[in-house]
Formats: sequence, structure tokens, C-alpha cells
Amino acid sequence: MAAITYVQPDGQAVTVAVTDGWSLMQGAMTAGVEGITAECGGSCACATCHCYVDEARLAELPPPSDNELGMLENVAAERRANSRLSCQIKATAALEGLVLTLPDRQE
Amino acid sequence: MPGAIVIVGAGQAGVQAAEALRSGGFEGSITLLGDEPHGPYHRPPLSKAWLAGEMDAAQLVMRAPEMLAKKDITLRTGVGVQALDRAARTVRLADGSALPYTGLVLATGATPRRLALPGADAPNVLALRTQADAQAIAGQFACCAQAALPVVVVGGGFIGLEVAATARKKGLAVTVLEAQPRLLSRVLDTLLSQAWAELHRGRGVDLRLSAQLQAIELDAQGLAVAVHTADGQRLPCGLVVVGIGVEPNDALARAAGLDCDRGVIVDDCARTSDPLIVAAGDCTARRLVDGSLLRLESVNNATEQGKSAASALLGQPRPWTGTPWFWSDQYDRKLQMAGLAAGADQHVLRGSLATPPGSVWHFKGDRLLAVDTVNSPREHLLARKLLDAGISPTPAQVQDPGFDLASLAAPVARPAA
Repeated sequence: MAAITYVQPDGQAVTVAVTDGWSLMQGAMTAGVEGITAECGGSCACATCHCYVDEARLAELPPPSDNELGMLENVAAERRANSRLSCQIKATAALEGLVLTLPDRQE
Repeated sequence: MPGAIVIVGAGQAGVQAAEALRSGGFEGSITLLGDEPHGPYHRPPLSKAWLAGEMDAAQLVMRAPEMLAKKDITLRTGVGVQALDRAARTVRLADGSALPYTGLVLATGATPRRLALPGADAPNVLALRTQADAQAIAGQFACCAQAALPVVVVGGGFIGLEVAATARKKGLAVTVLEAQPRLLSRVLDTLLSQAWAELHRGRGVDLRLSAQLQAIELDAQGLAVAVHTADGQRLPCGLVVVGIGVEPNDALARAAGLDCDRGVIVDDCARTSDPLIVAAGDCTARRLVDGSLLRLESVNNATEQGKSAASALLGQPRPWTGTPWFWSDQYDRKLQMAGLAAGADQHVLRGSLATPPGSVWHFKGDRLLAVDTVNSPREHLLARKLLDAGISPTPAQVQDPGFDLASLAAPVARPAA
């Protein structure tokens, strides 16, 4: 379990306890967080669960797969160095307190 | 804009339409009717990670109920719709009550085709569409594992092959029976069909092409214990998974007199033959400019038509004629398809299909129609950009591994969401 804070496009921060092994996208969708579309349901096929990871902790995450890097080239909002797909990041206790900022658009 | 919009179907298309109505400024009531017991959930993982036991049902949730509530979308689950009364502008529910509408979205989806054979309704002869279907198949997987019985998959299409791949992952013996001489013949060219057959055989699937299922053998309890093929073979099994396509759920629309032809007929803006009714997703058949009908069964189509359906009801028609895309995950391969290859007369290989990344580029004359990629999301996305912009590389450029295809893609403005 890890407490993940999602900063919605409206600026509101929502903190969700995400079960270990769940993707951060799933944690957000089941808790009603706004700002993620997740069209493909976590198959790394649509690039609509784009998020910006707290830069200070970016290096703690397992690096993106080649598939994810490919999909990141197609995100709707600006792609930044800390852009990730939230469906490809799995919750672990080590991610406690991580802050994700959601872009203003996903498509 | 006031009013009452009723959406029949709480899958991808229905949810998309509901949210697009709100983001488009609709202020009236929105009622989302689902006939399954669950709220909106993602179907794609059902044949893959969910069936493999790698995720919980809770992880399938597409939208939390409170997320819909926050948008003032009323979700009603477990609600069957009996009829549409277009004259009275009501939807009659299974409990006999009538729900009035000022606008109606049909997002009723599709139903797996059943085998027309005795035994097709045995408890271990199953198709996969819903969470309940997947649950039943998962249960039968466990029985097969315990009794060391093989799984027979009828139909070498996407669903069947995804289930086959998952069954192999679970260590089950799998036989796939495909009636055509090659796999996925409706959607893939021969190069990819062959590569896909080799992939499955390489992972231990007993793949039988040009195979006709003749009979399902039942035991005294009514369980399928074997299937018989037309060439006289008896294949013992613990589970039969049927993946022979779907039929669009257009019965409500047909009974109400809407134009239907294997699907609710819609235009590019998701409009039906009734100006108050729009339709989206797997239940539709889209009329193209040449008069023909196009049926697409995909998340992408459901999403885009869902948005168009909402726009049409808001009086802001949003034609969607973008490049359709699809994907299928099997073993460690991600197959992504952009565009429609029907009518192509030249299929050009780039990279390697046996040792991906690789892709097949489909041309009609000089014009690029579609691109299928294996483990190459970058090329898939590039293909979508090229197809959307109407840019065709030459076959020679595609074949040349040193040629940078991305250099052809002029910066293209992203279509408005």
C-alpha cells in the first residue's frame, strides 16, 4: 500500500491509498480522480493516462519500457522529462507519498 | 441545454457519450443504463491479464461510481431495456417502468456468436464478452489444470487467440481450431497470419487450420468432454472457448423501426434514422460515402463514436472519419493495427515479424491504406499520423531499414478532442 497524491487538472490534490501491485492509473480510476482517461484500460496502447511524476522522485521508479517510451511520444499534453504513463507504474510501499500531476488534457 | 438523455449501455461507448455530454455543456439529466451487475469496467484485460490471474476485478473499474455521480450522471446497473417507444419518447425497462427521454444514445454493444451445434450451451462451452464470462472461463481453467485436460479454442480470431495465449501462460494444453486456412484471415494479410501461426505453435499451441468442428461430445452430466472435427478426429477437452465473432445488439433499434443492417445504421456523426437517437460502438454499422456499411469492433471506435453521439445530441455534429486503430496482446507480442487493409494489393514488410519489431505496410497502388506493427508502438503511432495526414511513403522507403519514415510526417495538427 502506498499513499499517492494526484494533483487534478483543476489543481485539487487527492490522496489515494493504492494497493501494492495496482497501477497508479487503477488507483486513480477506482477512487474517482479526475484527469485520466485510460481508454485502453491499462494495455499501454492509448497514451491517455499521462502524468507528470514528482521530479525529485523520478529516479526511484523503474524506468519506462520501450513500449511506454513509444506511447509517450503521442501524449496530448506537453511531454516533459518527468512524463510517464500511470498505467505502467505499479504501486509499492517504496512509492509512499509520491505526487503525480495530471495534465490538462489526455486526448 | 435542459432535457433528459438516456444512454442504453454502460460500456466504453456509453460512458464516453455520458462524459462528453457533460463536458459539452449539457445541463439536463443523464441516465446511464447497464444490464450487467457491475458499473463501467474495462473489457480488454478480460482475455489477458485478468484471465491470467494477474489482476483483481476491482482493477477493471473504468470509472468509480462517485466519479460519475460528481458529474451528475445517474448510473443504473442490472437494468435491462425491453423496448423503445419512439412515439412516446420513452425507454421501457424490464421492470415495466418507462423512462422518458429528449435524446437517446444506443450503446448496446454486441453478443458473441454461438455455435449452432448440440452441446453449445454446456456449462463448459463458453464465449468471452463480459466479466461474468471471464469469471466462468477462469473457473474452467482451474478445472482443466486440476484434471490435466486441454482447452479447445474454436475460432482463430483475436479473442480466441488471446485466450489461447493466456491458457498457455497458465500451463494448459491448448488446441485452436480455425475454419479458414489461416489465422485472422478477416483482418491480417498472409505474412502476419503466418507469423502469428508460428508464434502460437512455437508456444506449444496445437493449431489446426481449415478445421471444421462437427460435434461436441457431452458426458452424462452434460459437460463437454471432447470435440469432433469434420475429418473424424476426437479431441478430448475440459473446456471449449468459442470465439467466432459477434452479432451487434441491434434488436431494440430494429423493433423500434430504426434503420439497421447487422447493426444500427449511423452516419459519420453517429446519427441514426431518428433525429433524437444516436448510436455508438459495437452495436453500430457506419454508412460510408460510397454507400457501403462499415462495422468496427474496437475501443477506439466506441470512444470516438461515443464523443460524436454526444456532440450530435448537443446540435454540434462531429464527424469522425479518423484512422481506426486496434491492438491485441498475445504472449510478449503487441500487435497494433492502424487503418483498414481491405482492398490492398501490396503488402510490404519492414523489420522482422519472427523477431520483432516488425511491421507490414499495406498499399493500394501508391496509396498507404493500413499498417500492422508488432512490438513497435512508435511505428504504430507514426503510421496513424501518416494515415491521418494522407501521406504515403513509397514501398521502397518502407523496405529500406535505413530510411527514416518519421521524416515524412509533416508536423500535423492534432485533431480536436
